[in-house]
Amino acid sequence: MPIETPAAQCGPFAHDTVGIPRTMGLVMLALVPATLFGLWQFGWPAIWLFLATLAGALLAEILSLWFAGKPIRPDLSDGTALLTGWLLAMTLPPWAPWWIGVVGALLAIVVAKQVFGGVGQNLFNPAMVARVALLIAFPLEMTSFVAPTPLFSAEAPGLVESLAITFGGQGFDAFSGATVLGQVRTELGQGETLATILPDLYAPLSGAVGTVAGSLGETSALLLLLGGLFLLYKRVITWHIPVALLGTIAVLAALMHLIDPEHYAGPLYHLVSGATLLGAFFIATDPVTSPVSARGQLLFGAGCGLLIYVIRTWAGYPEGVAFAVLLMNACAPLIDHYVKPRIYGRDRRGQPLEYANDVETSR
Amino acid sequence: MKLFKIRGGVHPDDRKRLASEQPIETLPLPDLLHIPLQQHIGAPASPAVRRGQRVAKGELLAHGQGVISAPVHAPTSGRIMGVGQYPAHHASGLSVPTITLKPDGEDRWADHIQGVEDPFALAPEEIAARVAAAGIVGLGGATFPSAVKLDLRKRYAVHTLVINGAECEPYLTCDDRLMRERAESVIDGIRLMARALGVSRIVIGIEDNKPEAQAAMAVAASIDPDIRIARLPTRYPMGSEKHLVQTLTGRETPARGLTADIGVVVHNPATAFAVHEALRLGHPLVARVVTVSGGAIARPANVRVPLGTRVQDLIAHCGGFKDEPARLISGGPMMGQPLPSTRVPMVKGSNGVLALTAAEINGGTPRPCIRCAGCVQACPCGLVPLEMVAHIRAGDLEGAVKRGLMDCIGCGSCAYVCPGHIPLVQYLNHAKGEMAARGRAKQKQTETKRLAEQRTARMEAIKRAKREQMEQRKREMAARKKAEAAAAAQQATAAEPVAAETEA
Repeated sequence: MPIETPAAQCGPFAHDTVGIPRTMGLVMLALVPATLFGLWQFGWPAIWLFLATLAGALLAEILSLWFAGKPIRPDLSDGTALLTGWLLAMTLPPWAPWWIGVVGALLAIVVAKQVFGGVGQNLFNPAMVARVALLIAFPLEMTSFVAPTPLFSAEAPGLVESLAITFGGQGFDAFSGATVLGQVRTELGQGETLATILPDLYAPLSGAVGTVAGSLGETSALLLLLGGLFLLYKRVITWHIPVALLGTIAVLAALMHLIDPEHYAGPLYHLVSGATLLGAFFIATDPVTSPVSARGQLLFGAGCGLLIYVIRTWAGYPEGVAFAVLLMNACAPLIDHYVKPRIYGRDRRGQPLEYANDVETSR
Repeated sequence: MKLFKIRGGVHPDDRKRLASEQPIETLPLPDLLHIPLQQHIGAPASPAVRRGQRVAKGELLAHGQGVISAPVHAPTSGRIMGVGQYPAHHASGLSVPTITLKPDGEDRWADHIQGVEDPFALAPEEIAARVAAAGIVGLGGATFPSAVKLDLRKRYAVHTLVINGAECEPYLTCDDRLMRERAESVIDGIRLMARALGVSRIVIGIEDNKPEAQAAMAVAASIDPDIRIARLPTRYPMGSEKHLVQTLTGRETPARGLTADIGVVVHNPATAFAVHEALRLGHPLVARVVTVSGGAIARPANVRVPLGTRVQDLIAHCGGFKDEPARLISGGPMMGQPLPSTRVPMVKGSNGVLALTAAEINGGTPRPCIRCAGCVQACPCGLVPLEMVAHIRAGDLEGAVKRGLMDCIGCGSCAYVCPGHIPLVQYLNHAKGEMAARGRAKQKQTETKRLAEQRTARMEAIKRAKREQMEQRKREMAARKKAEAAAAAQQATAAEPVAAETEA
């Protein structure tokens, strides 16, 4: 009765239940509340744009794999392309024409991901590469925001009307405007002080809930925070990057606000507006493009936070998350090179620890 | 007792329930035993019996050779069928020198087998010597000859004996059962080991998923105030010697060092039990407790098995397979070795035989690394497995070594958590093996070079000697010529005055 089992292979012969599709699925699940809120708040045009972007991402992935002669099914089914499309859609102006989403998805998948060698090989966050490229190439379309017009409300465009907005090349001048971040920048530039600008534009509560003009999935700080906490709870991400990122922004904002409250808004303003929370929990935490060690991640998160604050406050763009993340992506390999965990039995420089032999141990 | 935190580690499904409530059974004698000569780390034992010879249980079959080695004894009485080659208890299944014994069914101990009345009266050296003679090796799986570890006080200032009752591998319950059922004997062995080591501090670490073992050991240990029992958090790889010692003492063993470097010697409860039997009863190590488990085993059990029993006999005793085994493993699922066949014999180091179904293994097709850093968080040694493996895949083994390859303990936590199912351990093991082979090749090369250089030097010396001899001879010749010439000249000058005189 001797039985033979398959050829030798080493262990472990047990495996955790995690897998890449499950991880990606959990991230998408965490995005659902904020996404649904965005889709509801910005109506049919947002829904069309969202779908067009996802379809564009999947199509781009299929085409790239096909051209590269790689098997399509395993890469397509791991969920990474879908998630990239989803994240990109979250950052687009909700009433942008369909081709913004599709071109963005193509840029993200083909230029930022597949030319680097596909999943796991890209240096930069694909969704952010696409967003920045779009912002530079199509500044008008990328900065035309609408005030929230929830589905089924009186001002909301109907199904047909929205098809014309998304697919028909019809402008929507009547609605277009800037986000709070953009408006504040412009008016500060004109010599106004925060005390006169902010109360008109900004209420922390609506910023947190998300009933403000903004990108498709970025407006609701609370729902994004909820998704982020879910990811922490499920151990899909660790606390290091979000805490370092948000903490740095909060500390810098508080400091500057203390120094000159006339021109520098407080921490809460920075935390709930723009893509801060989406960036902290969903973008900067992209494993592929962030450092691997806990200390490296703290450094990376702090760097993102610093850059976001600097770009928003002093640079030419109102929104800093995409630029900040891309700049820190470029630093991630360097961080990984210099910041490593300490090896057991060695000091930080890699030398074996001193021998210490005495009976003095805890009783 | 205060415990210290270690980094990394994972929480695999423990699956100990399959066998943990099964009391230790004794395996009926199989019809044949295959006893390999090497069942320990170090030099193989050399056979002391011939084909056809009758042996009694406990009789010496092979002596240990050298400092790190262990003798092998007859697991039962019977006749030697041969001293030849038989498939090893190893992933390769290659044949190794093995003694085949046909039991006569009497299971009769040799006459000289007898214990010591009061082993605590023995000198520490004497305890270690008896442990050595009994062929006891570390029964946790590493199979390092135990007596060598009991002699460590000669070279290290040892102050603490730690008993590794962590048993952190999923499925395995043999130490758990032994501590529950034979706590007094285990404690006796522990105290004997402490006496041999000359230490008075004894800490028994047991993971908190084994409360019954903790309780039983606590009762048995109450006779000795020097013994403390530590409740360890359940977390793989708590049973890694250095990590266990760090949890208990807060001290990290320096890289490339031993725990003895920080004054701690670690032994396993099953080893302690074997020491007790060797000293009290005089029994050499001829049997051990093994956990037979896994989803494919009909009746998971803990069995005391004569060494040399074929895995198939053991599995048959446990009701055979109820499901198709995807893998047959020796040891636990995390660090165990796959066994190529059920023909292989049980050896001193085998603490588990697992027949796992495909569902239990939960394997998957490898996917590209997405740098999720799960392996970095899981590594108890502070390594960055994904980076080392990237270097290994690119053929840059030196790069992997520079990043700590040789500090890897091979616990498999990284591969366990990898969502991409990348066989990280396989890459790391491959690189370690390759580096070892390179080291050997390099050593050989330097040795050859040294010999060649020596030869050249020798030839040079001979040449030089010859040349010197020649020159010496030339010098001598020249000197002689000179002397002769001088003598001739002197003769001439000596003759001249005479001539002058004559002239005058």
